[in-house]
Amino acid sequence: MSEESIISLKNVNKWFGDFHVLQDVNLEVKKKERIVVCGPSGSGKSTMIRCINRLEEHQEGSIVVDGIELTGNLKNIDNVRKEVGMVFQQFNLFPHLSVKENITLAPIWVKKMPKAEAEELAMRQLEIVKIPEQANKYPGQLSGGQQQRVAIARSLAMNPNIMLFDEPTSALDPEMIKEVLDVMVDLANGGMTMIVVTHEMGFAKTVADRMVFMDEGKIVEEASPDKFFNNPESDRTKLFLSQILHQ
Amino acid sequence: MNEMNEVRKPPVATTGIIGWLRINLFFNWTNSLITLFVIYCLYQFIPWILDWTIFSADFKYNYLGEQITNQEMCSRNLDPENGGACWAVIYVRFYQFIYGFYPRVEVWRVNLAYVMLAFALLPLLYTKLPYRKYFLYFTYIFPVIAYFLLNGGLGFTEVSTNKWGGLLVTLVLGCTGIALAFPIGIMLALGRRSKLPVISMMCTLFIEFIRGVPLITLLFFGMVMLPLFLPEGIDMDGLVRVLVAVTLFQSAYMAEVIRGGLQAIPPGQYEAAKSLGMSYWRMNLLIILPQAIRISIPPIVNTSIGLFKDTTLVIIVGILDLLGIGRGTLADTNWLGLSYEIYFFVSLVFFIFTFGMSRYSLYLEKKLKTGINMGAD
Repeated sequence: MSEESIISLKNVNKWFGDFHVLQDVNLEVKKKERIVVCGPSGSGKSTMIRCINRLEEHQEGSIVVDGIELTGNLKNIDNVRKEVGMVFQQFNLFPHLSVKENITLAPIWVKKMPKAEAEELAMRQLEIVKIPEQANKYPGQLSGGQQQRVAIARSLAMNPNIMLFDEPTSALDPEMIKEVLDVMVDLANGGMTMIVVTHEMGFAKTVADRMVFMDEGKIVEEASPDKFFNNPESDRTKLFLSQILHQ
Repeated sequence: MNEMNEVRKPPVATTGIIGWLRINLFFNWTNSLITLFVIYCLYQFIPWILDWTIFSADFKYNYLGEQITNQEMCSRNLDPENGGACWAVIYVRFYQFIYGFYPRVEVWRVNLAYVMLAFALLPLLYTKLPYRKYFLYFTYIFPVIAYFLLNGGLGFTEVSTNKWGGLLVTLVLGCTGIALAFPIGIMLALGRRSKLPVISMMCTLFIEFIRGVPLITLLFFGMVMLPLFLPEGIDMDGLVRVLVAVTLFQSAYMAEVIRGGLQAIPPGQYEAAKSLGMSYWRMNLLIILPQAIRISIPPIVNTSIGLFKDTTLVIIVGILDLLGIGRGTLADTNWLGLSYEIYFFVSLVFFIFTFGMSRYSLYLEKKLKTGINMGAD
């Protein structure tokens, strides 16, 4: 199984001080697979996906991304980060740069792309997220939904094989959630390998190949969306689903 | 419904000059009383200061029409009832105030350096300058040109730095100190926040040591102790020794100011930069520092103004800057007792430079605000 998987986590453990935030986490993700990770807050789901591009360091176990093992080796880390794009809850756009510059910055400086080519690429990415008319504005002039779409475009401009989404819609007003989810659905339909931490169960039902439920640093349940929503095995999952589906 | 759609104007009494006066100066009777009192004080003070500095002042000739060559010929010393400031002292000693004891034949070199300094600053101050890129190249090589121009070499006769003085020394110390301390300060600030304990400890030690010592001590250190650390046979110029001390001092302060700006950058900015595959240096140069420096503009300018004024302390180690020349003039029996005029002039020159810096920082803040626009949150 691990041969065709693009991401492989084996017995990953991590502590924040004495707090055991990831406990023997095992996860295999195949190419073009869409995984939705959910669970109560503090369950370690964000920490897990942040370990995949080494924003957090795991202390035990192994993480292999596209054949590259994440260790202290800085070159490996750089190579993994070129493969993996990430979208954050707080967008994290660069406020001193225009939308277009936000997108072209990494292609120009990390990939050494000529400026004209990078700008063309930026415009193409902005078309994909449906806001080409905002190219020359600054992040502070955009709505939350628009900012998050720029953040997605910025990641896509690096042409990653894998996209990680860390609660991409949690900081958005309700009427803006849909515009971001639409972009993510398009991306999923285009065959991107995705790991999405979200509580948007509607999104999970439409795009997820597999649901991962985490609690207290452990993966409690892994199942197809159909089984996960209709016939979950663990009581903890049932409780969680009853809480978020009937709020 | 029609009435609702009409644009309602604010009440007349709150707009225009009258409205402004009413709201700001005559809001109630205490406010009005204070306004009237301040107007009365200004009425008493302004005519007096204008009279002393301009209308009754001597510039070159006294009220008898004689050219002033010493303090006894000042109108106010000839006739205490009739006469204001005696600016003739500045007129007579102007050369020393501006160039120190730089040889008169070679003074065109200093003048050329002053003009070139203005051209070097132009692209930094005015970002919309046409052909700014080429002006910037000039800015980068200006320090080298200025060194050979002022000091000599490359065919120019050497002018030893102990002949330099006045505004020349003040500007050399101020500009070099500020310009060198900026990059060193950035490196120290990054170093202090580094995850590598050796680097972070070394930077912290350096900053804390330099900050914990008065500038005067550092100047003595530069003058007396620096030569002891140098290999035998190498003699370091006095002005350079002072420059080293001033630069070290300023870079420690600059480092702390920039560290303050760095701390204001949310961790998400680092994470976003890293997740795009940026290396440590790219992340800092392209993402973190531009934002941190923008936030720190007011304190950066504040410490720079502080340093510019602190350069006057070099008088302690026998270097005559603008203030030093002023004090030297006061000690001259020809010009005894003209301390008002001399200190007024020195203060005015310092004020022109520091006020310029402060206005520039305001302009920068205003200009950069449009870009960073945090308005959405």
